[in-house]
Amino acid sequence: MSITAASGESSTGAAGMRPVTGRASAMNPARIAMRNLDFFYGDHRALKAIDLDLPDRQVTGMIGPSGCGKSTLLRVLNRMYDLYPGQRATGEVMMDGANIIDPKVDVNALRARIGMVFQKPTPFPMTIYENIAFGVKLHERLSKSAMDERVEWSLARAALLDEAKDRLHMSAMGLSGGQQQRLCIARTIAVRPEVILLDEPTSALDPISTLKIEELIDELKTDFTIAIVTHNMQQAARCADQVAFFYLGEMVECGPAAQIFTAPKQKRTQEYVTGRFG
Amino acid sequence: MPESTEHLVKSFDADLKKLRDLLTEMGGIVESQVALAAQAIAERDAAAATRAVEADPQVDALEREIEQFVIRMLALRQPMASDLRLIVAALKITGDLERIGDYAANVAKRSIVLAQYTLPFSLTGLVHMAHMVQEQLKMIIDAIGASDTAKAIEVWRSDRVVDDLYTALFRELITYMMEDPRNITPCTHLLFIAKNLERIGDHATNVAETLYYAVEGEVLSEARPKGDTSAYTVVRPKE
Repeated sequence: MSITAASGESSTGAAGMRPVTGRASAMNPARIAMRNLDFFYGDHRALKAIDLDLPDRQVTGMIGPSGCGKSTLLRVLNRMYDLYPGQRATGEVMMDGANIIDPKVDVNALRARIGMVFQKPTPFPMTIYENIAFGVKLHERLSKSAMDERVEWSLARAALLDEAKDRLHMSAMGLSGGQQQRLCIARTIAVRPEVILLDEPTSALDPISTLKIEELIDELKTDFTIAIVTHNMQQAARCADQVAFFYLGEMVECGPAAQIFTAPKQKRTQEYVTGRFG
Repeated sequence: MPESTEHLVKSFDADLKKLRDLLTEMGGIVESQVALAAQAIAERDAAAATRAVEADPQVDALEREIEQFVIRMLALRQPMASDLRLIVAALKITGDLERIGDYAANVAKRSIVLAQYTLPFSLTGLVHMAHMVQEQLKMIIDAIGASDTAKAIEVWRSDRVVDDLYTALFRELITYMMEDPRNITPCTHLLFIAKNLERIGDHATNVAETLYYAVEGEVLSEARPKGDTSAYTVVRPKE
Protein backbone atom coordinates (compact mmCIF):
# COMPACT_ATOMS: atom_id res chain seq x y z
CA MET A 1 0.00 0.00 0.00
CA SER A 2 1.21 3.44 -0.84
CA ILE A 3 0.10 6.65 0.65
CA THR A 4 0.91 10.05 -0.72
CA ALA A 5 3.05 12.28 1.38
CA ALA A 6 0.57 15.12 1.14
CA SER A 7 -2.42 13.12 2.31
CA GLY A 8 -2.45 14.39 5.86
CA GLU A 9 -0.91 11.48 7.61
CA SER A 10 -0.55 11.72 11.36
CA SER A 11 2.62 13.33 12.57
CA THR A 12 4.01 10.87 14.99
CA GLY A 13 5.89 7.66 15.27
CA ALA A 14 3.86 4.68 14.26
CA ALA A 15 3.44 5.54 10.60
CA GLY A 16 7.15 6.08 10.23
CA MET A 17 8.11 2.83 8.58
CA ARG A 18 5.37 2.72 5.97
CA PRO A 19 6.28 3.37 2.37
CA VAL A 20 5.65 6.90 1.27
CA THR A 21 5.11 8.00 -2.32
CA GLY A 22 7.00 11.14 -3.00
CA ARG A 23 5.46 13.83 -5.05
CA ALA A 24 4.19 16.86 -3.34
CA SER A 25 0.76 18.01 -4.43
CA ALA A 26 0.57 21.06 -6.68
CA MET A 27 3.71 19.95 -8.48
CA ASN A 28 4.19 19.52 -12.22
CA PRO A 29 3.79 16.06 -13.78
CA ALA A 30 6.71 13.72 -13.20
CA ARG A 31 9.69 13.88 -15.55
CA ILE A 32 11.16 10.90 -13.76
CA ALA A 33 9.06 8.50 -11.70
CA MET A 34 10.73 6.04 -9.36
CA ARG A 35 8.68 3.14 -8.13
CA ASN A 36 9.72 0.49 -5.65
CA LEU A 37 13.35 1.32 -6.35
CA ASP A 38 15.92 -0.75 -4.46
CA PHE A 39 19.67 -0.42 -4.70
CA PHE A 40 22.33 -2.79 -3.46
CA TYR A 41 26.04 -2.42 -2.78
CA GLY A 42 26.72 -6.13 -2.81
CA ASP A 43 24.44 -7.47 -0.08
CA HIS A 44 23.83 -4.10 1.48
CA ARG A 45 20.43 -2.68 0.58
CA ALA A 46 21.17 1.04 0.37
CA LEU A 47 17.83 2.15 -1.03
CA LYS A 48 14.59 0.59 0.14
CA ALA A 49 11.46 0.67 -2.00
CA ILE A 50 11.76 4.29 -3.00
CA ASP A 51 8.70 5.86 -4.63
CA LEU A 52 9.56 9.36 -5.73
CA ASP A 53 8.70 11.64 -8.64
CA LEU A 54 10.92 14.38 -9.98
CA PRO A 55 8.38 16.93 -11.20
CA ASP A 56 9.08 18.43 -14.60
CA ARG A 57 11.05 21.69 -14.55
CA GLN A 58 11.00 21.93 -10.81
CA VAL A 59 13.66 21.46 -8.18
CA THR A 60 13.61 18.44 -5.89
CA GLY A 61 15.83 18.77 -2.85
CA MET A 62 17.06 15.62 -1.16
CA ILE A 63 18.10 15.86 2.45
CA GLY A 64 19.10 13.43 5.16
CA PRO A 65 22.07 12.46 7.30
CA SER A 66 25.23 10.96 5.81
CA GLY A 67 24.67 7.46 4.55
CA CYS A 68 20.90 7.88 4.16
CA GLY A 69 20.98 7.04 0.46
CA LYS A 70 20.41 10.43 -1.13
CA SER A 71 23.66 10.48 -3.13
CA THR A 72 23.15 6.83 -4.02
CA LEU A 73 19.82 7.81 -5.50
CA LEU A 74 21.46 10.37 -7.79
CA ARG A 75 24.02 7.77 -8.84
CA VAL A 76 21.17 5.45 -9.79
CA LEU A 77 19.49 8.11 -11.88
CA ASN A 78 22.33 8.32 -14.36
CA ARG A 79 23.49 4.74 -13.94
CA MET A 80 26.82 5.68 -12.42
CA TYR A 81 26.79 2.33 -10.62
CA ASP A 82 27.24 0.53 -13.96
CA LEU A 83 30.94 1.17 -13.52
CA TYR A 84 31.11 -0.94 -10.39
CA PRO A 85 30.59 -4.69 -10.21
CA GLY A 86 28.35 -5.90 -7.41
CA GLN A 87 26.16 -2.83 -7.48
CA ARG A 88 22.65 -3.19 -8.81
CA ALA A 89 19.29 -1.49 -8.85
CA THR A 90 15.86 -3.08 -9.02
CA GLY A 91 12.43 -1.58 -9.48
CA GLU A 92 11.42 1.17 -11.86
CA VAL A 93 12.85 4.53 -12.81
CA MET A 94 10.52 5.62 -15.57
CA MET A 95 11.37 8.38 -18.00
CA ASP A 96 9.29 8.81 -21.14
CA GLY A 97 7.85 5.33 -20.82
CA ALA A 98 11.21 3.58 -20.48
CA ASN A 99 12.74 2.09 -17.35
CA ILE A 100 16.19 3.70 -17.34
CA ILE A 101 17.72 1.10 -15.04
CA ASP A 102 17.01 -1.57 -17.63
CA PRO A 103 20.48 -2.81 -18.78
CA LYS A 104 19.31 -2.51 -22.38
CA VAL A 105 19.12 1.28 -22.06
CA ASP A 106 22.15 2.97 -23.66
CA VAL A 107 24.05 4.57 -20.82
CA ASN A 108 25.79 7.18 -22.95
CA ALA A 109 22.53 8.38 -24.45
CA LEU A 110 20.99 8.38 -20.97
CA ARG A 111 23.78 10.52 -19.53
CA ALA A 112 23.23 13.07 -22.29
CA ARG A 113 19.65 13.35 -21.06
CA ILE A 114 20.47 13.27 -17.37
CA GLY A 115 23.54 15.34 -16.51
CA MET A 116 25.36 15.42 -13.22
CA VAL A 117 27.40 17.97 -11.32
CA PHE A 118 29.53 16.90 -8.38
CA GLN A 119 30.56 18.28 -5.03
CA LYS A 120 34.03 19.36 -6.08
CA PRO A 121 34.38 21.28 -9.33
CA THR A 122 35.96 18.93 -11.87
CA PRO A 123 37.14 20.99 -14.84
CA PHE A 124 39.20 19.10 -17.39
CA PRO A 125 42.79 20.33 -17.76
CA MET A 126 42.01 22.14 -21.00
CA THR A 127 40.64 25.49 -22.10
CA ILE A 128 37.27 26.80 -20.98
CA TYR A 129 35.99 26.42 -24.54
CA GLU A 130 37.24 22.85 -24.83
CA ASN A 131 35.76 21.91 -21.47
CA ILE A 132 32.34 22.65 -22.86
CA ALA A 133 32.85 21.46 -26.43
CA PHE A 134 34.28 18.13 -25.27
CA GLY A 135 30.98 16.65 -24.11
CA VAL A 136 29.02 18.10 -27.01
CA LYS A 137 31.35 16.42 -29.52
CA LEU A 138 30.57 13.02 -28.01
CA HIS A 139 26.92 13.38 -28.92
CA GLU A 140 26.63 15.81 -31.80
CA ARG A 141 28.57 16.91 -34.88
CA LEU A 142 28.42 20.66 -34.96
CA SER A 143 30.02 23.18 -37.31
CA LYS A 144 32.59 25.55 -35.83
CA SER A 145 30.07 28.39 -35.70
CA ALA A 146 27.35 26.17 -34.25
CA MET A 147 29.80 24.97 -31.60
CA ASP A 148 30.83 28.56 -30.82
CA GLU A 149 27.19 29.37 -30.38
CA ARG A 150 26.60 26.36 -28.14
CA VAL A 151 29.58 27.20 -25.94
CA GLU A 152 28.42 30.79 -25.60
CA TRP A 153 24.84 29.71 -24.87
CA SER A 154 26.00 27.27 -22.20
CA LEU A 155 28.23 29.82 -20.53
CA ALA A 156 25.42 32.37 -20.61
CA ARG A 157 22.91 29.93 -19.10
CA ALA A 158 25.46 29.07 -16.42
CA ALA A 159 25.92 32.79 -15.63
CA LEU A 160 29.60 32.57 -16.50
CA LEU A 161 29.75 34.27 -19.90
CA ASP A 162 30.57 37.76 -18.65
CA GLU A 163 33.47 36.48 -16.59
CA ALA A 164 34.75 33.97 -19.17
CA LYS A 165 34.18 35.53 -22.58
CA ASP A 166 37.63 37.11 -22.80
CA ARG A 167 39.46 33.98 -21.70
CA LEU A 168 37.65 31.20 -23.55
CA HIS A 169 40.92 29.80 -24.80
CA MET A 170 42.72 29.95 -21.52
CA SER A 171 42.94 27.05 -19.12
CA ALA A 172 39.86 26.35 -17.02
CA MET A 173 42.14 25.61 -14.11
CA GLY A 174 42.73 29.34 -13.69
CA LEU A 175 39.09 29.94 -12.75
CA SER A 176 38.04 30.37 -9.12
CA GLY A 177 36.24 27.51 -7.36
CA GLY A 178 32.83 29.10 -7.87
CA GLN A 179 33.60 29.80 -11.52
CA GLN A 180 34.84 26.24 -12.00
CA GLN A 181 31.57 24.92 -10.59
CA ARG A 182 29.56 27.13 -12.92
CA LEU A 183 31.77 25.85 -15.76
CA CYS A 184 30.83 22.30 -14.76
CA ILE A 185 27.18 23.32 -14.88
CA ALA A 186 27.77 24.93 -18.32
CA ARG A 187 29.43 21.70 -19.46
CA THR A 188 26.44 19.71 -18.21
CA ILE A 189 23.82 21.85 -19.90
CA ALA A 190 25.84 22.10 -23.13
CA VAL A 191 24.59 18.68 -24.18
CA ARG A 192 21.07 19.96 -23.53
CA PRO A 193 19.94 17.38 -21.01
CA GLU A 194 16.41 17.18 -19.64
CA VAL A 195 17.40 16.51 -16.07
CA ILE A 196 20.30 17.91 -14.04
CA LEU A 197 21.51 16.13 -10.92
CA LEU A 198 23.49 18.21 -8.45
CA ASP A 199 25.37 16.37 -5.72
CA GLU A 200 26.20 18.91 -3.04
CA PRO A 201 27.23 21.41 -5.69
CA THR A 202 28.17 24.22 -3.32
CA SER A 203 29.70 22.45 -0.35
CA ALA A 204 33.19 23.43 -1.49
CA LEU A 205 32.26 27.03 -2.31
CA ASP A 206 32.24 30.34 -0.45
CA PRO A 207 28.87 31.95 0.46
CA ILE A 208 28.74 34.36 -2.49
CA SER A 209 29.60 31.64 -5.03
CA THR A 210 26.98 29.50 -3.31
CA LEU A 211 24.30 32.14 -3.75
CA LYS A 212 25.27 32.52 -7.42
CA ILE A 213 24.79 28.78 -7.95
CA GLU A 214 21.46 28.93 -6.13
CA GLU A 215 20.33 31.81 -8.32
CA LEU A 216 21.46 29.79 -11.31
CA ILE A 217 19.42 26.77 -10.18
CA ASP A 218 16.37 29.01 -9.98
CA GLU A 219 16.94 30.20 -13.57
CA LEU A 220 17.75 26.74 -14.94
CA LYS A 221 14.50 25.23 -13.74
CA THR A 222 12.62 27.06 -16.48
CA ASP A 223 14.21 24.56 -18.89
CA PHE A 224 15.46 21.64 -16.82
CA THR A 225 14.21 19.24 -14.19
CA ILE A 226 16.60 19.46 -11.27
CA ALA A 227 17.44 17.22 -8.34
CA ILE A 228 19.83 18.55 -5.71
CA VAL A 229 21.39 16.64 -2.86
CA THR A 230 22.48 18.95 -0.09
CA HIS A 231 23.62 18.78 3.50
CA ASN A 232 22.64 22.37 3.92
CA MET A 233 19.02 22.51 4.97
CA GLN A 234 18.75 26.23 4.41
CA GLN A 235 19.94 25.63 0.88
CA ALA A 236 17.23 23.05 0.28
CA ALA A 237 14.73 25.50 1.75
CA ARG A 238 15.94 28.26 -0.58
CA CYS A 239 16.23 26.23 -3.79
CA ALA A 240 13.78 23.38 -3.78
CA ASP A 241 10.13 23.25 -4.77
CA GLN A 242 9.70 19.86 -3.17
CA VAL A 243 11.92 18.23 -0.58
CA ALA A 244 12.41 14.54 0.13
CA PHE A 245 13.87 13.42 3.45
CA PHE A 246 15.84 10.17 3.48
CA TYR A 247 16.89 8.09 6.43
CA LEU A 248 18.67 4.72 6.42
CA GLY A 249 17.85 4.09 2.77
CA GLU A 250 14.18 4.95 3.08
CA MET A 251 12.35 7.97 1.90
CA VAL A 252 10.60 9.07 5.06
CA GLU A 253 8.68 12.03 3.72
CA CYS A 254 8.32 14.15 0.62
CA GLY A 255 6.43 17.40 0.40
CA PRO A 256 6.52 21.02 -0.72
CA ALA A 257 9.60 22.72 0.74
CA ALA A 258 7.49 25.11 2.79
CA GLN A 259 5.61 22.24 4.39
CA ILE A 260 8.72 20.15 5.14
CA PHE A 261 10.42 23.09 6.84
CA THR A 262 7.43 24.54 8.69
CA ALA A 263 5.24 21.55 9.51
CA PRO A 264 6.70 18.17 8.56
CA LYS A 265 4.27 15.30 8.99
CA GLN A 266 6.73 12.67 10.17
CA LYS A 267 8.43 12.74 13.54
CA ARG A 268 11.79 11.74 12.06
CA THR A 269 11.66 14.57 9.55
CA GLN A 270 10.79 16.97 12.34
CA GLU A 271 13.74 15.79 14.42
CA TYR A 272 16.15 16.04 11.52
CA VAL A 273 15.18 19.49 10.26
CA THR A 274 15.18 20.96 13.76
CA GLY A 275 18.58 19.50 14.57
CA ARG A 276 17.36 17.06 17.22
CA PHE A 277 18.82 14.09 15.42
CA GLY A 278 21.35 11.83 16.96
CA MET B 1 16.59 7.06 15.30
CA PRO B 2 16.47 7.67 19.02
CA GLU B 3 13.33 9.27 20.42
CA SER B 4 15.21 12.41 21.18
CA THR B 5 13.60 15.74 21.89
CA GLU B 6 16.80 17.60 22.60
CA HIS B 7 18.83 19.58 20.13
CA LEU B 8 22.31 18.50 19.17
CA VAL B 9 23.22 22.08 20.04
CA LYS B 10 22.30 22.32 23.71
CA SER B 11 22.41 26.10 23.85
CA PHE B 12 19.51 26.12 21.38
CA ASP B 13 17.42 24.21 23.93
CA ALA B 14 18.47 26.73 26.55
CA ASP B 15 17.33 29.57 24.28
CA LEU B 16 13.97 27.92 23.67
CA LYS B 17 13.51 27.41 27.40
CA LYS B 18 14.39 31.02 28.05
CA LEU B 19 11.83 32.12 25.45
CA ARG B 20 9.11 30.05 27.10
CA ASP B 21 10.10 31.36 30.53
CA LEU B 22 9.93 34.96 29.32
CA LEU B 23 6.47 34.36 27.85
CA THR B 24 5.26 32.71 31.04
CA GLU B 25 6.69 35.54 33.12
CA MET B 26 4.97 38.14 30.95
CA GLY B 27 1.77 36.08 31.01
CA GLY B 28 1.92 35.92 34.81
CA ILE B 29 2.19 39.70 35.15
CA VAL B 30 -0.60 40.32 32.65
CA GLU B 31 -2.76 37.76 34.44
CA SER B 32 -2.22 39.59 37.73
CA GLN B 33 -3.07 42.90 36.03
CA VAL B 34 -6.41 41.46 34.94
CA ALA B 35 -7.01 40.01 38.42
CA LEU B 36 -6.24 43.39 40.02
CA ALA B 37 -8.52 45.18 37.57
CA ALA B 38 -11.33 42.73 38.38
CA GLN B 39 -10.76 43.32 42.08
CA ALA B 40 -10.76 47.07 41.53
CA ILE B 41 -14.20 46.90 39.97
CA ALA B 42 -15.69 44.37 42.35
CA GLU B 43 -14.39 45.88 45.58
CA ARG B 44 -13.91 49.52 44.56
CA ASP B 45 -10.29 48.93 45.45
CA ALA B 46 -8.26 51.92 44.23
CA ALA B 47 -4.99 50.43 45.48
CA ALA B 48 -5.52 47.35 43.32
CA ALA B 49 -6.32 49.60 40.37
CA THR B 50 -3.09 51.52 40.86
CA ARG B 51 -1.05 48.33 40.99
CA ALA B 52 -2.64 47.13 37.76
CA VAL B 53 -1.68 50.37 36.02
CA GLU B 54 1.81 50.39 37.50
CA ALA B 55 2.59 46.95 36.10
CA ASP B 56 2.29 48.24 32.56
CA PRO B 57 5.88 49.45 31.98
CA GLN B 58 7.17 46.04 33.12
CA VAL B 59 4.90 44.33 30.57
CA ASP B 60 6.07 46.67 27.82
CA ALA B 61 9.70 45.99 28.72
CA LEU B 62 9.13 42.24 28.57
CA GLU B 63 7.46 42.60 25.18
CA ARG B 64 10.52 44.40 23.85
CA GLU B 65 12.84 41.82 25.38
CA ILE B 66 10.90 38.94 23.80
CA GLU B 67 10.81 40.70 20.42
CA GLN B 68 14.54 41.21 20.46
CA PHE B 69 15.19 37.69 21.63
CA VAL B 70 13.00 36.27 18.84
CA ILE B 71 14.79 38.31 16.17
CA ARG B 72 18.10 37.18 17.57
CA MET B 73 17.04 33.52 17.51
CA LEU B 74 15.74 33.79 13.95
CA ALA B 75 19.03 35.29 12.83
CA LEU B 76 21.41 33.09 14.77
CA ARG B 77 19.62 29.75 14.98
CA GLN B 78 17.75 29.72 11.68
CA PRO B 79 15.06 27.58 13.23
CA MET B 80 12.99 25.08 11.28
CA ALA B 81 9.66 23.32 11.71
CA SER B 82 8.38 23.15 15.32
CA ASP B 83 11.15 25.48 16.55
CA LEU B 84 10.33 28.03 13.87
CA ARG B 85 6.64 27.82 14.70
CA LEU B 86 7.25 28.26 18.42
CA ILE B 87 9.57 31.23 17.95
CA VAL B 88 7.22 33.04 15.58
CA ALA B 89 4.31 32.19 17.89
CA ALA B 90 6.18 33.80 20.79
CA LEU B 91 6.44 37.00 18.78
CA LYS B 92 2.69 37.02 18.15
CA ILE B 93 1.74 35.98 21.67
CA THR B 94 3.84 38.71 23.24
CA GLY B 95 1.90 41.25 21.17
CA ASP B 96 -1.43 39.83 22.34
CA LEU B 97 -0.29 39.79 25.97
CA GLU B 98 0.83 43.39 25.73
CA ARG B 99 -2.60 44.42 24.45
CA ILE B 100 -4.27 42.46 27.23
CA GLY B 101 -2.12 44.35 29.74
CA ASP B 102 -3.21 47.66 28.19
CA TYR B 103 -6.87 46.73 28.42
CA ALA B 104 -6.47 45.63 32.02
CA ALA B 105 -4.78 48.94 32.89
CA ASN B 106 -7.59 50.82 31.16
CA VAL B 107 -10.22 48.88 33.11
CA ALA B 108 -8.34 49.69 36.32
CA LYS B 109 -8.19 53.44 35.51
CA ARG B 110 -11.91 53.57 34.80
CA SER B 111 -12.67 51.71 38.03
CA ILE B 112 -11.11 54.65 39.93
CA VAL B 113 -13.51 57.10 38.26
CA LEU B 114 -16.35 54.69 38.81
CA ALA B 115 -15.68 54.50 42.53
CA GLN B 116 -16.82 58.11 42.83
CA TYR B 117 -20.38 57.18 41.89
CA THR B 118 -23.07 55.51 43.89
CA LEU B 119 -24.59 53.08 41.48
CA PRO B 120 -28.30 52.28 41.72
CA PHE B 121 -27.69 48.85 40.20
CA SER B 122 -25.47 45.85 40.81
CA LEU B 123 -22.20 45.08 39.03
CA THR B 124 -22.55 41.33 39.42
CA GLY B 125 -22.72 40.69 35.68
CA LEU B 126 -19.60 42.71 34.98
CA VAL B 127 -17.65 41.12 37.82
CA HIS B 128 -18.70 37.71 36.58
CA MET B 129 -17.43 38.60 33.13
CA ALA B 130 -14.13 39.85 34.57
CA HIS B 131 -13.64 36.58 36.42
CA MET B 132 -14.42 34.54 33.30
CA VAL B 133 -11.87 36.46 31.29
CA GLN B 134 -9.34 36.11 34.07
CA GLU B 135 -9.92 32.36 34.08
CA GLN B 136 -9.49 32.18 30.29
CA LEU B 137 -6.23 34.04 30.55
CA LYS B 138 -4.92 31.86 33.34
CA MET B 139 -5.76 28.75 31.38
CA ILE B 140 -4.07 29.92 28.19
CA ILE B 141 -0.92 30.94 30.04
CA ASP B 142 -0.75 27.52 31.68
CA ALA B 143 -1.27 26.03 28.23
CA ILE B 144 1.72 27.96 26.87
CA GLY B 145 3.94 26.54 29.59
CA ALA B 146 2.82 22.97 28.94
CA SER B 147 2.20 23.16 25.13
CA ASP B 148 -1.30 21.97 26.03
CA THR B 149 -3.48 22.25 22.94
CA ALA B 150 -6.53 20.69 24.64
CA LYS B 151 -6.56 23.68 27.00
CA ALA B 152 -6.02 26.02 24.06
CA ILE B 153 -9.13 24.62 22.37
CA GLU B 154 -11.09 25.02 25.59
CA VAL B 155 -10.14 28.70 25.81
CA TRP B 156 -10.90 29.15 22.12
CA ARG B 157 -14.40 27.75 22.59
CA SER B 158 -15.16 29.57 25.83
CA ASP B 159 -14.88 32.99 24.22
CA ARG B 160 -18.44 32.59 22.98
CA VAL B 161 -19.74 32.82 26.56
CA VAL B 162 -17.78 36.02 27.20
CA ASP B 163 -19.19 37.53 24.02
CA ASP B 164 -22.73 36.66 25.09
CA LEU B 165 -22.16 38.23 28.50
CA TYR B 166 -20.86 41.36 26.83
CA THR B 167 -23.89 41.67 24.57
CA ALA B 168 -26.22 41.26 27.57
CA LEU B 169 -24.30 43.91 29.55
CA PHE B 170 -24.42 46.28 26.63
CA ARG B 171 -28.21 46.13 26.56
CA GLU B 172 -28.45 46.40 30.32
CA LEU B 173 -26.25 49.50 30.52
CA ILE B 174 -28.10 51.29 27.75
CA THR B 175 -31.32 50.64 29.60
CA TYR B 176 -29.92 52.21 32.80
CA MET B 177 -28.84 55.25 30.82
CA MET B 178 -32.29 55.65 29.35
CA GLU B 179 -33.87 55.34 32.75
CA ASP B 180 -31.87 58.15 34.29
CA PRO B 181 -29.41 60.53 32.57
CA ARG B 182 -27.36 60.67 35.79
CA ASN B 183 -26.32 57.11 34.98
CA ILE B 184 -24.76 58.14 31.68
CA THR B 185 -21.25 58.88 32.98
CA PRO B 186 -20.77 55.73 35.07
CA CYS B 187 -22.50 53.57 32.50
CA THR B 188 -20.29 54.87 29.69
CA HIS B 189 -17.24 53.91 31.75
CA LEU B 190 -18.84 50.56 32.44
CA LEU B 191 -19.47 50.06 28.74
CA PHE B 192 -15.81 50.65 28.01
CA ILE B 193 -14.84 48.34 30.84
CA ALA B 194 -17.08 45.62 29.45
CA LYS B 195 -15.70 46.17 25.95
CA ASN B 196 -12.12 46.01 27.25
CA LEU B 197 -12.86 42.75 29.05
CA GLU B 198 -14.43 41.38 25.90
CA ARG B 199 -11.32 42.36 23.94
CA ILE B 200 -9.10 40.63 26.51
CA GLY B 201 -11.11 37.48 25.79
CA ASP B 202 -10.52 37.94 22.07
CA HIS B 203 -6.77 38.28 22.57
CA ALA B 204 -6.74 35.20 24.79
CA THR B 205 -8.45 33.43 21.88
CA ASN B 206 -5.77 34.70 19.50
CA VAL B 207 -3.14 33.28 21.82
CA ALA B 208 -5.01 29.95 21.80
CA GLU B 209 -4.98 29.87 18.00
CA THR B 210 -1.32 30.81 17.82
CA LEU B 211 -0.35 28.21 20.40
CA TYR B 212 -2.34 25.53 18.61
CA TYR B 213 -0.52 26.21 15.34
CA ALA B 214 2.86 26.31 17.08
CA VAL B 215 2.34 22.93 18.69
CA GLU B 216 0.34 21.03 16.05
CA GLY B 217 1.56 22.66 12.82
CA GLU B 218 -2.05 23.04 11.70
CA VAL B 219 -4.43 25.96 11.98
CA LEU B 220 -7.53 25.68 14.12
CA SER B 221 -9.76 25.51 11.09
CA GLU B 222 -13.25 25.08 12.48
CA ALA B 223 -15.02 28.45 12.25
CA ARG B 224 -15.24 29.94 15.69
CA PRO B 225 -18.75 31.10 16.62
CA LYS B 226 -18.68 34.85 17.11
CA GLY B 227 -20.92 35.85 19.96
CA ASP B 228 -20.47 39.63 20.20
CA THR B 229 -23.66 40.90 18.57
CA SER B 230 -23.62 44.25 20.39
CA ALA B 231 -22.73 45.95 17.10
CA TYR B 232 -26.26 45.21 15.92
CA THR B 233 -27.99 45.89 19.21
CA VAL B 234 -30.71 48.53 19.40
CA VAL B 235 -32.50 49.33 22.63
CA ARG B 236 -35.52 51.61 22.07
CA PRO B 237 -37.10 53.70 24.82
CA LYS B 238 -40.58 52.60 25.83
CA GLU B 239 -43.25 54.83 24.24
